[in-house]
Amino acid sequence: MKLADLLHFSAGGLRGHRLRSFLSLLGVAIGVASVVLLTSLGEGARLYVTGEFASLGSNLLIIIPGKTETKGLAPLVSTAPHDLTRQDAAALLQRVPAIRRVAPLAVGTASASAGERRREVTVVGATRDLLEIRHLQMASGRFLPRDASDAAVCVLGAKVQRELFPDQNPLGQLVRIGEWRFRVIGVIAPRGTSIGMDLDQVVEIPVATALRLFNRSGLFRILAEIGAQDDLRKTEQAALAVLRERHAGQEDVTIITQDAVLATFNQILGALTAALAGIAAISLGVAGLGIMNVMLVSVSERTREVGLLKAIGVTYGQVVAVFLVEAAILSTAGGSLGLVAGLGAGRFLQWLYPDFPVQPPPWAVAAALGVSCSVGLIFGILPARNAARLNPVQALMRRKA
Amino acid sequence: MIQLAGIQRTYTVGGRPVPALKELSLTIEAGDYVSIMGPSGSGKSTLMHLLGCLDRPTGGSYRFAGEETARMTEAGLSRLRRHQIGFVFQFFHLVPRLTAAGNVELPMVFAGILPAERRQRVWNALEKVGLTQRASHRPDQLSGGEQQRVAIARAVVMSPALLLADEPTGNLDSASGREIVNLIEGMNRQGLTLIVVTHDPRVGERARRRIHLRDGEVVADERAGSAIESPAAPGGQPSRA
Ligand SMILES: Nc1ncnc2c1ncn2[C@@H]1O[C@H](COP(=O)(O)OP(=O)(O)O)[C@@H](O)[C@H]1O
Ligand SMILES: [Mg+2]
Repeated sequence: MKLADLLHFSAGGLRGHRLRSFLSLLGVAIGVASVVLLTSLGEGARLYVTGEFASLGSNLLIIIPGKTETKGLAPLVSTAPHDLTRQDAAALLQRVPAIRRVAPLAVGTASASAGERRREVTVVGATRDLLEIRHLQMASGRFLPRDASDAAVCVLGAKVQRELFPDQNPLGQLVRIGEWRFRVIGVIAPRGTSIGMDLDQVVEIPVATALRLFNRSGLFRILAEIGAQDDLRKTEQAALAVLRERHAGQEDVTIITQDAVLATFNQILGALTAALAGIAAISLGVAGLGIMNVMLVSVSERTREVGLLKAIGVTYGQVVAVFLVEAAILSTAGGSLGLVAGLGAGRFLQWLYPDFPVQPPPWAVAAALGVSCSVGLIFGILPARNAARLNPVQALMRRKA
Repeated sequence: MIQLAGIQRTYTVGGRPVPALKELSLTIEAGDYVSIMGPSGSGKSTLMHLLGCLDRPTGGSYRFAGEETARMTEAGLSRLRRHQIGFVFQFFHLVPRLTAAGNVELPMVFAGILPAERRQRVWNALEKVGLTQRASHRPDQLSGGEQQRVAIARAVVMSPALLLADEPTGNLDSASGREIVNLIEGMNRQGLTLIVVTHDPRVGERARRRIHLRDGEVVADERAGSAIESPAAPGGQPSRA
């Protein structure tokens, strides 16, 4: 028997009960659509987060005070970690040759006001090098001074500028941050969120000023940029050695690198996507049962037809094939419909939230189609075998159902 | 062509054996025209299903064209039905969603015959039964007689050696019934071996050889004109022209 004939005959069998076929097909469609949509969201989250960290650049060390690793024995005498200081940052730049730039950061929140206008802002204490390290663009004016001064100057994020100075040039104007007044020397071009910090809603001031403003002795973190040619691991070790020496032999800082963060997030969010796919796959299983049910009804309704087929010499295997192919056509059609619906819903979400990448992972699309086809084949086995095992004499004697 | 020796078919009903055919022996020559008659429940259909290899005997030997069917596999029996045996049933058994042509085509579809040849042979078969005009009608648009003619076209489209008809006129008015009988008798004259099960004496009497069953046993086996063996022969009148 030719495959085309088999497909044609099986498709004809489905046309006999359109509504029922359509409903069971819809079950598969919903299952596949949910797989596609949920994995799209999971994958979107992964792309979003890793994209954020990828924008850090692969040549960045992030140095955080405190040891977060829990390897080895706890120290006998537990001491509070040393502060991470601007002098630490300077020492790294001086003593680790691979480190090209460092940006000591101090972060806090404060209310900022200009005239009548007032809003809460994230205040980032930084130095000139942050501009290069984070590849910031100036919309107007200039960035913070290169030296480690504690001048009362500030640089506004795009949104802060819009809200505090809606229709005037902010350069040279005064902004009140906390109790102090700062002169605006620049505005950063709009950029959006990056590592959980909306740079458009930030005010940057010199790091020394920030430490005094927030009355802190230690930095929030140090960003260190290394040369493109230099080895990340070795530099990390060298930086650790310098800091250990400066912190009385204690290893009380944590260094994160982009690839380590990326690997962790990839892992977590990949697992999340897989879990979502698994949940959605349950609905595919339910849809498979729907198909099985429809096929069982179909076989019992067409008992006489099966008897006739056997009488005209159709083999056991051909009867199995007829009903398996029917089930596979149902589920594959449902799968295709679900794929289109899932991708459509993804597009719609993308349109609602343009910043969040909603994109089905390629494996999910392939798997959705493959799985939906196999759902039909697997859940079709029982009905198809029931049909093929019918006793032809009894099948023919059955009165119309 | 057909050799039955000591054939038994016993059903089990409620744990007890119910013999439908008892030690039946019979030889049927190729090209013959045989009717099987008898009261309801005498085992006519059971015999028909055994002859058509839709059922296996519980005892005895059935040789088709010299070959022992008991030794054939299921697939072998399917092949035999496909190529050697055509069935005509009382209730036509057309596939309702297929047209007349589609129903006639069915055995060839599953036999893997190419579409171009199928079309030709469907046409020829429909021509034989005089239904080319109705080729694209579905069964529910055809009269009973027309449906049975479609079924006959389907039964012979693979050019079988044997045509088995179980009460082919049982569901038809007498005029349509006559047409059907004429049609299959014509095919028998062309060489097709014909076995007709009927309880209608006017149909059964037309056969060259008439076998009477009662309670699963042959009670009479007569040829047109001369009774070969008729222990309890009901006076049959040879009526074939
Ligand atoms: N599937 C079956 N199960 C049990 N008994 C059966 C079955 N088919 C037929 N019989 C019995 O076998 C006998 C012969 O039946 P059948 O061949 O159909 O007779 P006929 O066709 O001459 O009316 C009857 O007694 C019938 O009840
Ligand atoms: Mg009967």
